[in-house]
Parts: sequence; structure tokens; C-alpha cells
Amino acid sequence: MMIKIIVVIVAVVLIGLIAWWFFGKRQDKGVEATLNSKTQTATVSVNGGYNPSTIVLKQGVPAKLTFNRKDASSCLERVVFEDFGINDFLPQNEDHVIEIDTTKAGEYDFACGMNMFHGKVMVKP
Amino acid sequence: MSIKKRFIVSLVASLPMLVMMITNLFGLMIHGDAWIMFGLTTIVMAISARQFIESAWASFKNHHANMDTLVAVGTLVTYVYSIFALLTGRAVFFESAAFVVTFVLLGQVFEERMRDSASSAVEKLVNLQAKDAEVLRDGQYIQVPIDEVELGDEIRVKPGQKIALDGIIISGKSAINEAMVTGESMPVSKKVGDHVIGSTLNIDGTVTFKVTKVGSDTMLAQIVELVKKAQTSHAPIQKTVDQIANIFVPIVLMVSILTFTIWYSFLGASVVNAMLFAVSVIIIACPCALGIATPTALMVGTGRSAKLGILIKNGEVLETVNQITTVVFDKTGTITEGTPKVTNVIGDEKEVLAIAAALESASEHPLAKAILKQQPNSDYVVENFKSIEGRGVEGEINGEKVFVGSPKLAKSNSFEAEMHQLQNEAKTVVTVGRNQQVIGLVAIQDMAKATAKTAINSLHRRGLKTAMLTGDNELVAQAIADQVGIDTVIANVLPKDKADQVKHLQTNEVVAFVGDGINDAPALATADVGIAMGSGTDVAIESGDIVLVKNDLLDVVKALELSKKTFNRIKLNLFWAFIYNAIGIPIAAGIFVSLGLILSPELAGLGMALSSISVVGSSLLLNKVKLVV
Repeated sequence: MMIKIIVVIVAVVLIGLIAWWFFGKRQDKGVEATLNSKTQTATVSVNGGYNPSTIVLKQGVPAKLTFNRKDASSCLERVVFEDFGINDFLPQNEDHVIEIDTTKAGEYDFACGMNMFHGKVMVKP
Repeated sequence: MSIKKRFIVSLVASLPMLVMMITNLFGLMIHGDAWIMFGLTTIVMAISARQFIESAWASFKNHHANMDTLVAVGTLVTYVYSIFALLTGRAVFFESAAFVVTFVLLGQVFEERMRDSASSAVEKLVNLQAKDAEVLRDGQYIQVPIDEVELGDEIRVKPGQKIALDGIIISGKSAINEAMVTGESMPVSKKVGDHVIGSTLNIDGTVTFKVTKVGSDTMLAQIVELVKKAQTSHAPIQKTVDQIANIFVPIVLMVSILTFTIWYSFLGASVVNAMLFAVSVIIIACPCALGIATPTALMVGTGRSAKLGILIKNGEVLETVNQITTVVFDKTGTITEGTPKVTNVIGDEKEVLAIAAALESASEHPLAKAILKQQPNSDYVVENFKSIEGRGVEGEINGEKVFVGSPKLAKSNSFEAEMHQLQNEAKTVVTVGRNQQVIGLVAIQDMAKATAKTAINSLHRRGLKTAMLTGDNELVAQAIADQVGIDTVIANVLPKDKADQVKHLQTNEVVAFVGDGINDAPALATADVGIAMGSGTDVAIESGDIVLVKNDLLDVVKALELSKKTFNRIKLNLFWAFIYNAIGIPIAAGIFVSLGLILSPELAGLGMALSSISVVGSSLLLNKVKLVV
């Protein structure tokens, strides 16, 4: 009987932890791209998500995002920028460069092929 | 390690366990089999399942959960419990973990292959591009890679060769197969001055052409760009799906914990049984089927339509097409050929045409072009040529005054009756006269396209209303509308007012607008769905939601049909993906145990694999769906 009660308590705690861990509100810290004289670059590490998941770019400066996929999961093997018509395969443990059109300011979402993982590029004037 | 290799490893390691399971059924126990199972499953977990676990952990650290999380948690729980059971002398379930991994990987192998074939449309288009061309350099034709060809270069194409880039023929004539770009199955004959499209196939003559577009400006490059964008776009319906998918995995984990607790603490099941139910719940839940339901259907649908010369810009269009109630057509160039033709000549045909042609040879008026097309040369020479604003032209032939134009240019008109009859047929009638007398009539009409009637009929059969916008007068417009069977005619519309007319219609209807000219761009953009017709200008193509490469009205029907089919397929896929989870999870949780319905973790793994495969397969079937026009 005692064990059964303990199991219920543990279950409730576990469910609470899952809710807190996955649904809790978290600050999304944007990372600014490195600005060179003519271009700007940023590197996104793909491992169980995009890190950083928000990249801030300056408008009008040609931008290159380097994606490096460490994750072996087929879930993350493609990266899709809906607004730019980009749907690229990311070779595992290799750099893959994607050029971003920064002529228009705005927020451009990107996601994995199944749209389960998300990130965004913010082009600011 | 590739998915395929991981699958093979886990299959090879699982097979002996399958044999053991079967021999167990016949009561043959192999001594020490639990330890053999432990060894084999450890291989599966270490090699084949490793990436699920790694990916699940990486996601977890980012506060994410995905399909890998479910597979990893499900198999690890079974595996770890079985080790505990092995050490304490209880029944083990190693084979469950190994079988689940095998089935899930099997599903992924199939899925990967099918996804590749679903997304191959763009690749096929790109491969159409010719690799090099015979370019005139310093008076000689030499082979040059396509990237080095410049604007204005002259390229020679022999029979059987591909036309490298877009351009205009400057010498020779040939039949050209444009099927790969326009979907038109019949070869098109081309001569000097005609446009050619890069990557089409020259069939029987040698032609040289001047390059007018290179690089990303060519038609093929633009089509590729459009298709790419369409394939990565999302239908709005997917937004809801994404929201569900985002919370799906954590919720499944919670449901699984609840399942265990309820069975163990409240229903008095053994730890083992409660655990098996909980693991089945984790394994059967498949967020993947939800995730790929829309993108795969979109890829196949837009890929197939591109092959037919129908470019659908994005997923949103597919959804709107389903709501369309009215299709509005521009008249000139869309319903009609766009180039007026001489339909009747009254009077002395030879003489009338000869005079008319001689007078009109200098004119740029569309009616003049129609007459010159009918009668390119005239024996007469016109002197003292004069254009009379709004009425026509006059001049002198052999000292006699002649004219073409309004009957007002003559003193009397003996062809009054014929003229009225022709005008009632919505033809434009010009009078030809000599010495103040009308000697004949030329009737000119912009004829409806051959396929117009069939296309309109087809739309009506789908329950759609049709309307036609035109700047022509009511009479002319109505005659064309009657010929092709259009319901409503909106005549006397100035080009700049087309968009307003569309907006007006939108108060009661969901409107698709079909047009081609530059002045159609605002209307195309205003309409709920803008369909830009083939020969159309870049501007029109830019503002259209659907672009028809060919200038065939039947493609309007095909485009609507294909959009509907694709969207319905998306809905069907989503329905199955949801239903699958909605039914699968309760069964796995053991709700129907009293009915004898139980899902073991292995079966759940098989079910999960099947759900993804069935969704991708259903999308691929879009390639085979019949289009009724």
C-alpha cells in the first residue's frame, strides 16, 4: 500500500517537472551576427534544436549563416526557410552555409523539415 | 552511421530473439537465453538506438522533445527494467526494446526513400538545364559552358539538341518540344522572330538565336525558384497542427506516467504489466505523421503541377482555391486569342482586301494588323495618305480617292443591312470605299480560344460561377460570352478599374481572377486567387498566385482541380495522423483490455512505423490521382 502511494506521489511530481521543463516560459536570447566590413556571419549549432535559435541581422548587409549539425536525428537533417524558399540538407558534422537576403527588415522563421524545431532570423534596420 | 546501416544492425541482432520467441511458444527453453537476449539487445541499444538517445538528450537540454524522445524513453525504460529483472531473476523484456528500435528504423528507412522521391521535382527541373551551348565567337561556333554565355550571344542549335537559354530566333525554323517547361505535348513550330525557351528540345531544323536571358532570369530558373518556394511554404491549416505537435511529446510522456500509476496504484496491476502499458503509449504516439502530413503532400502536389506547366506559388493558395465561388476572366488574350482576325469580307473580296491592305500597310492599329495578316501584300500604291482621327484612313490609288474606316467617310452606304448583321454578331466592321461610295466591308473579330468553351463548361460542372471583364462594349462582350457560355459580362471596364470590379465581386463571392496582361496585375493581386496566364508578362506572373506556363484555358480547370486534390490530401493525411494517435494511445494505455484489445510495445513500434509510411505513401499517391477536366 505504501509503495502505491509513493508511486502516485512520484508520478505527480514527474508530471509537474515535465510541464515545468517543457512548457515553462523562457527568455529567448537573440544573438547578433558578427559584422565584417562587407558581410555578416553567424554560426548555428544544430543539436537537439538550434543554438542560438534567434539570430539578429543588420538590414542591407549580405549575411551568411553557417549551420553545423551535430545531431544525428533525421528530425533535424533539413533546415527550411519558408520565406526564402530554402530547404537544404545539413550534412552531419559539416558546415553548411546559407545566404540570407537582408534587403527587407522583418522576422523570418526557420524550422526543421518536419517543423518541430524552430528558430528565427530577425533583420533589423 | 546511416539509418539504413543502423536498421540492418538492429535487424540482425533482433532476428535470433524472434527465433527464441517462437521456440518459446513451443515450450523449448534455451538455457541461459535471458543472457543472450541481454547481449543482443545491448548491441541494438548501443549501435542502433544510440542516436535516438543522443538526440533526445540534446533536445531535452534545449527544453524540446521530439519523436526521438519517445523512442529513447520507451526503449530505455524497457531495457533498464529488463536488466533489473535479469539480476533479480524475474521475466525479461529485452526483445521488446530491440523490436521497437528495429521497427522504428524500418519506418525511417522507407520514409527517407519516399521523401526523397517526393522532393525530387525541383531536382528534375534543374537537371533539364543544358550544360553547354554552341556560341558564335570571332566568327566561329564554339562549345561554351552555359555559365559563360552572355546576353546577346548568338547560339546555334542543331536538330536533337537542347536550346540552352531563352532567346529570339534570328535564323532558321524548326519544331520545338517545349513539354518539359510548358507541359504542352505537341511540338511547337518556330521561325525567325519567335521566342525560344531554354532547356526545351529542338527537333528537326537548325536555328540560331540571340540570347535574351541568362542565369537566374531565364524561364526555367524562375520556375525552379517558384517551385522551391511553393514546396517550403506551409498551408495555414498546418499552424494548428504545429501548435499541437509542439506540446504533443511532453503530453504523451505525462499520459504514459498516468497510465503506469493508474494501472499499478489503482487497478492493482503488476509492475511489469503497468510498465508495458506505459511503454506502449510512448511508442505508439507518433508526432512524425503529423509533422510530415502537410509538407509531403505539398511537395508532391506542387511538383506534379509544375510538370504540367502549372506553378502554384504556396500552400495558402491551395486552401483558398477550395473556397472559390466565382472565376472571373479577362477577355482579351485570356478568353480570346488576343489577336483580331478577319472573319468576313463583303463585296468584291479581292478588290476590297487589296485596297484595304494598301491603305493599312502603314498603320499600327490592331484592326490594320488583322487585315494585313489576311492580305500581306497589295498591288496598289497609295498616294496622299491621310489618317482621319477616329474615323479611319484615306488616300489616292491611281488618282481615285479611297478610304478604310467608318461608313461616315462615304456619302452613301449600300451595305447597310449586311453591316448591321455583322455588328449584331459582335464583329467590328470597317467599310472600304472608293470615290465616296462604299464598295465592301471587312468584318474583324477577336475569336474565342478553341478550349474556352470546354473550360467554362468544366467550371460550371464544378458549381462555379463565371464572369468576364472587358473594356469592350456590351454587345461585343455579350457575343463572346454567349459563344463560350460565360454567365456574367461586365463590359466597358477601363483597365485601371479591373481591380475595383474584382473587389466589388468579392463582397459576395470568393473570386479567382484569370488574366495575362500588365494591366491585369492589380486585379490578379486583389483577387483571392490570381491566375496568371502563360504568355503573360513578368509583372503578371509576379502578382499571380498560380502561374500557367501554357496559354491554355483548360489549365485553369486543371490548376483548380489539382489544388483541390492536394489540399484534400493534406486534410486526409492530417485526419489519419490524428485518428491514428487518438485511437492508438487509448488502446496502448490498456483502456480496452476488457475487450481483449492489447498493444504490446513491439506492435506499437510497428504501428508507429506504419503511420509515417502511410502518410508519405498517401502523399505520393497524388502523383497518380486522375485529373478530370
